Amino acid sequence: MRRSNLLAAAALSALLTACGTDPDPVQHGHDPELPDRQSGLLPSMNIADPAAWGDQRPTVPQGYAIAAIATNLRIPRQTLVLPNGDILVAEGMGGGAPILRPKDAIAGYIKGKGTSPVKGGDRLTLLRDGNGDGTYEGRAVFAENLNAPYGLALVGDRLYVANQDALVRFDYRDGQIRASGPAVEVTKLPSAINHHWTKSLAASPDGRFLYVGIGSNSNITENGMAAEGDRAMVWQVDAETGAHKPYATGLRNPTALAVQPGLGQLWAVVNERDELGPNLVPDYLTSVRQGGFYGWPFSYWGQNVDPRVRPQDPQKVAAAIRPDYALGSHVAPLGLAFSSPAMGARFGDGVFVGEHGSWNRNDPSGYKVVFVPFRGGRPTGAPVDFVSGFMGADGKTRGRPVGVTVDPRGALIVADDLSNTIWRVTRYVR
Amino acid sequence: MAVSDNQRHRGALHPIHAVLLAGAVPLFLGAMLSDIAYSSSYQVQWKNFASWLIVGGLALSGFALLWSGIDLLRADRRGKLPLASFLLLLTTWALGFINALIHARDAWGSMPEGLVLSIIVAVLAVAATWLAFSGLRPGADK
Repeated sequence: MRRSNLLAAAALSALLTACGTDPDPVQHGHDPELPDRQSGLLPSMNIADPAAWGDQRPTVPQGYAIAAIATNLRIPRQTLVLPNGDILVAEGMGGGAPILRPKDAIAGYIKGKGTSPVKGGDRLTLLRDGNGDGTYEGRAVFAENLNAPYGLALVGDRLYVANQDALVRFDYRDGQIRASGPAVEVTKLPSAINHHWTKSLAASPDGRFLYVGIGSNSNITENGMAAEGDRAMVWQVDAETGAHKPYATGLRNPTALAVQPGLGQLWAVVNERDELGPNLVPDYLTSVRQGGFYGWPFSYWGQNVDPRVRPQDPQKVAAAIRPDYALGSHVAPLGLAFSSPAMGARFGDGVFVGEHGSWNRNDPSGYKVVFVPFRGGRPTGAPVDFVSGFMGADGKTRGRPVGVTVDPRGALIVADDLSNTIWRVTRYVR
Repeated sequence: MAVSDNQRHRGALHPIHAVLLAGAVPLFLGAMLSDIAYSSSYQVQWKNFASWLIVGGLALSGFALLWSGIDLLRADRRGKLPLASFLLLLTTWALGFINALIHARDAWGSMPEGLVLSIIVAVLAVAATWLAFSGLRPGADK
């Protein structure tokens, strides 16, 4: 009896944490190193320890400056730069799925420690720089009483907003600071359970279609297969009628969409699955092919089967497309924006990705805005840190970047939902 | 009066202790049956049932373990039965706790360890209850 007790105690302590002393594998680009799957008794975890910015600011490359242009917001997530230079900020936090198993209660509490305690604004705030001096002194609430607004897109005189349960639109005239009327619903969006509640949005170049990124309703189908109908996909919505159809599927959580200027190709950043180890599965940036299937839930990075899914589907696994560019495991990309030459020669051709940061790793990853260079219309090389310092050397996290937007006048707008701030990065012009 | 004193010394369980100990058995048993249903149907709701039943079983048997441990520390307890009973219950609880963590893995990630442990823990829970109650047999002298 005593021996089995000692054995149990030894096994418990050995299995409790998945520890790894090997260096992290290279996980960016088209061919990331994928280690073996790990599963211990507890997932590797490191939750952000929030602290205020005080006098500090995030770090930017030489030749660039960063300033906070708005503070005391209520969970800003995505932004949109309007043609006249005004910035629209979508504020809100959605989700709130009921507790179905003991883990939900515990996990919710633990992950919540790395986020802001402020209640989501459920509104759009408009920021205006009246005299072009870089200070956004004008601030107005464009629309409120929305339902966790996230994706934003302007098509002509219509402003589209993707709430967590519906795609709606407002009329917009140049210079408007308040919505002229209530939102008009274009189409309902899947919102039952809403484990992944964000609805990302992008408009086609001709304005005919809107693309909505809908995340899965679980990590890996633990809420049942039935809950995953119309989830983990990008919808193509007719802007006029609201009719919709799946455009691409198998994308676990496409949290930001952007249309490539010139080529018109739709790109997405996708958050891949958790609890397979600190270095699985890399989140990625990919072009979204019409009719394409990208693997979730059955496989990852092409044909790597996830054994946690039952029943399996070998046909879908065989058809799964390998994404274009890995960003790293658990970096949590939530923002995507194509750059423009106004950002300077070094950062003119490529995309900016806002990485919210990891929980499923002992050694945190993400917590920065990176720049992925493009060449010939495709991502190439290694990502370059563009805005960092959100997680300081003291281990405290002062901010977490979410959405990124490029102001064509030559600035990068970064939403930070931990310190509830909007940051603006500009180039020193000599 | 002498008879009842003897009974107390022969491992009679306090009614609440008895309820805590025996009450964990149907919970662990239910968890095992739910896991068997999950393994054959892939319906994840069965696994949710198992997860909650395991938590319930750990709660009840945890208190029973505490009670048993306190009894063990009291000077008037003698003999091998209380110690054996405590250790068996401790093993049940430890394996049950590991089982709870394994059930926290998503979807089929808890298989096959989850089912195996559920069966083991259910058997151990019955054994621990049996052992603890077996001290009540009249004439048993341990």
